[in-house]
Amino acid sequence: MSPRRIPVDADAVGRREVPLRITVDGEPLDGIAGQTIAGVLLAAGRLAWRRGPSGAPRGVFCGIGVCFDCLVSVGDERDVRACRRRARDGDVITTQRRVGNGFNSPSEEEE
Amino acid sequence: MTLCRVHVAVVGAGPAGLAAAEAALRAGARVTLVDSAENPGGQYHRMLPDAYAAARPDQLQHGWRAFDRRRRRVLAHPRCTWCPETVVWALEHRFPEGELDSPGDPGPPRSSQAPRVHLLSGPPDGGARVRHVLDPDALVLAVGAHDRVLPFPGWELPGVFTAGAAQALAKGERVAVGDRVVVAGTGPFLLPVAVSLLEAGAGVLEVLEANTPATLARGWSRRAWELAALTGKAGELRAYVVDLARHRVPYRCGRAVVGARGEGRVEEVVSARLRADWSVVPGSERSTAVDALCVSHGFSPQLELPLAAGCALRDAASGRPADGERASAVDQFVVVDDDQRTTAPGVFAAGEITGIAGAPAARVEGTLAGWIAAGGDPAAPALRSVRRARDQGRAFARRLARAHPIGPAWPGWLSPGTVICRCEGTDYGALRRAVASPAGAAARVTKLATRAGLGPCQGRICGPTVAELTARLGNGPTVERPVAGLPPATPHHRPLAHPIRLGELAAPPQPPPQPDHPSHVPPTPTKETER
Ligand SMILES: Cc1cc2nc3c(=O)[nH]c(=O)nc-3n(C[C@H](O)[C@H](O)[C@H](O)COP(=O)(O)OP(=O)(O)OC[C@H]3O[C@@H](n4cnc5c(N)ncnc54)[C@H](O)[C@@H]3O)c2cc1C
Ligand code: FES
Repeated sequence: MSPRRIPVDADAVGRREVPLRITVDGEPLDGIAGQTIAGVLLAAGRLAWRRGPSGAPRGVFCGIGVCFDCLVSVGDERDVRACRRRARDGDVITTQRRVGNGFNSPSEEEE
Repeated sequence: MTLCRVHVAVVGAGPAGLAAAEAALRAGARVTLVDSAENPGGQYHRMLPDAYAAARPDQLQHGWRAFDRRRRRVLAHPRCTWCPETVVWALEHRFPEGELDSPGDPGPPRSSQAPRVHLLSGPPDGGARVRHVLDPDALVLAVGAHDRVLPFPGWELPGVFTAGAAQALAKGERVAVGDRVVVAGTGPFLLPVAVSLLEAGAGVLEVLEANTPATLARGWSRRAWELAALTGKAGELRAYVVDLARHRVPYRCGRAVVGARGEGRVEEVVSARLRADWSVVPGSERSTAVDALCVSHGFSPQLELPLAAGCALRDAASGRPADGERASAVDQFVVVDDDQRTTAPGVFAAGEITGIAGAPAARVEGTLAGWIAAGGDPAAPALRSVRRARDQGRAFARRLARAHPIGPAWPGWLSPGTVICRCEGTDYGALRRAVASPAGAAARVTKLATRAGLGPCQGRICGPTVAELTARLGNGPTVERPVAGLPPATPHHRPLAHPIRLGELAAPPQPPPQPDHPSHVPPTPTKETER
């Protein structure tokens, strides 16, 4: 299994769900208001979305903004920590990869 | 009359910072409370997002009601300015050396002044955050800690989380990380993490404590358990153990995860029995199919702001001052005196940055720090019990460290290809080659040769590990050769505590924030009765 959100009717804290939708590299993903971008990605079954210098996949590691493994671009803002940023309805997310020593934008690196 | 009041800035609104703010307000100060999160609470009282509109937030944590009352009292206080989603990215000495205390200068001595605090407000890593600058009379640093994780082959695979990440996802977002989860490492923190995972509907296969029963027993002597009772931790820990037993989750001591495997994500972990020094007992390895692994080998205090303020550190193990010349310094904490004063003028420290002892200890340190920072009477009778609790907290921290040490033989888990620095992908082999080079093992040389610590996290994750391995490989603590014009390198020295975008840096700072009381923090309802 992959990470999942506790179903709202089984959640002991009695929360509500206000749906939102973001796109990640063009693919629509459904989440709920209040989730971080990392939370939306994880709950949608995506464990990794960035690639390190060697091309190896990375996702959430520290979960609190320390390790920078979870970086994404939000609109035209690069290097946003997905575990810290709340998702907003309509956010356009692009994943990032590091090649060599530089940070390449997703468009630059498509061969 | 607000202008005449002492202005205390508190950085961090976890258990320590919130208590500091409350005590400073009680002592009559004007308080600016800053946290990078949207809500106070820190790691322990992590709040659910407002948008979840949770009807029963108390379900997730111990002591919620007391926390909730304190939060409302502080945030609604007319002398408190609450700055949520605000990060302190730098501290700056207001007067360069030499300009201090010029004769005939009226006003308070400049040398006693707290540093200038640089703030950025707005969504994390956003491009259009607003800059502010504070010039407080006193500064309380209560910025907490993050998980320390030792490397092992495969720890960089997706699906391997720090225990804190799993905790944050379960408590803060209601996301469970997996169905077949192993929780491993060392320390009592593994217990609440496993319990939170179970509460969130995840499956926990086992909890592995790397230290042997003998080490645990020696550390947690009977007296220590009494200490735990005094610091309010015993009941909480016992409840976690009962919960694990109810779910039939085994808690095994003397066993650790020494490897993780999988194609593109973690699929299997290899655990092994450990001796007291954390060397692997040959033939004791076994593999377990998992869909997530949560690891924690203790906590690293977030020291960039204390270092920027010029606070002296101490070595956790020896208790001796760490003057920054020992590049191997690993477990360092901020030195504080009996009043939680650091060695930097006007700067106080509380919570995990002074030692790891849990939320109750952080709270009493905060109370003391906030009161004294605000100019409260150090001899006030009410402080007597606070000081006693603080001393118990310190004793608890020592026991905790003794019961859950990191065994010196852990590098035996590493192979030459094991990733050490996650950001740069530096492996153990590269680090060994760099240390063996004639240029020596100085931290700067190792960094430049291997790029370890130069990636986006700036060594926050690998720093202590690289420092420790470098010291070992170089045969003992490496003394950094002084470089003219540069302060000695330490694993925590980062002039910018937080990334800032160039556009934000170029924008002029806005006037300091003023008290305003967001509608989502109503004053304490009178109906809510005290416990
Ligand atoms: C991820 C994680 C989860 C944890 N969960 C638990 C748990 O469930 N149970 C338990 O017993 N212990 C837990 N702990 C241990 C916990 O650290 C302590 O028990 C307690 O929270 C420490 O209190 P504190 O006030 O010292 O620090 P914290 O609670 O960590 O509070 C520090 C605060 O400072 C803020 N901050 C840090 N740097 C800056 C900056 N530059 N600018 C602005 N704000 C800043 C942070 O946002 C944070 O809110 C956890 C630790 C971690 C790392
Ligand atoms: S997971 Fe570590 S910074 Fe986001």
